[in-house]
Amino acid sequence: MLQKGFKWLVLAGFAALMAWGMWGLPDRGDLDAPMNEKTTITGGPTPAAHYIEKAYKEAKTPNIVTVVLGDYRSIDTLGEVVVVFTAGLILIVLLTNRRKVHDIDGGEQ
Amino acid sequence: MKRSFESPITLLGARALAPFIMMFGLYVIFHGHYSPGGGFQGGALLAASVLLMRVASGSKTSSLVLSNAITTPMGVLGVFIYFGTGLLAMLLGSNFLDYEGLPIPGLSPEYLRYTGILIIEVGVGLAVMAALVLIYDKMADGEVSS
Repeated sequence: MLQKGFKWLVLAGFAALMAWGMWGLPDRGDLDAPMNEKTTITGGPTPAAHYIEKAYKEAKTPNIVTVVLGDYRSIDTLGEVVVVFTAGLILIVLLTNRRKVHDIDGGEQ
Repeated sequence: MKRSFESPITLLGARALAPFIMMFGLYVIFHGHYSPGGGFQGGALLAASVLLMRVASGSKTSSLVLSNAITTPMGVLGVFIYFGTGLLAMLLGSNFLDYEGLPIPGLSPEYLRYTGILIIEVGVGLAVMAALVLIYDKMADGEVSS
């Protein structure tokens, strides 16, 4: 009983922590938010401004997200594909020998 | 464990739905330049279409849609299309995955990048579809009869 109450207390604590963190986030579409600025705090250009200004001109693609994923950050996407593919390969290695082990154990279902 | 039996209703429903899901998957891949979507989402939809047939009709009929043996080569092909596109651009003198170096005649640099993005999206779709179908096949191997 005490343990269960402790669990709920921990859960409520984490929920409160998350809610407190959410309060600090800028509003959706807020132009003054740091991520929507044209320049960084140190004065350099941000990549987001470059993407929005140049995506259509450089790749003739209206969907900026596709240009960012497929062109500007294509090495990152290559990594994602390799991760998915590796997961498939690992599944082959893990599950191919499963039935043989069953047979050695006696083969009963 | 419950005994499995064939249901014509399930089979008919799956057969009616699967081509449309596959068509929608292709649409999501090839229309990713203009609307939300792309290789990952489209590949997942293609896999959903194949898996629907796998679940509804058993492995024997559904291997007519996509054979068990072909999924691994398909995943390899998908990753290879992506990597090969980047490598080809690099071998021809530009940077890795810089599509402006692709040897497609008659296209301006902007449309070369457009085409390059399309090619790699197809590669991503193939790899994701193959991986998802592969995982299902391996998990159901020997447990789904008929």
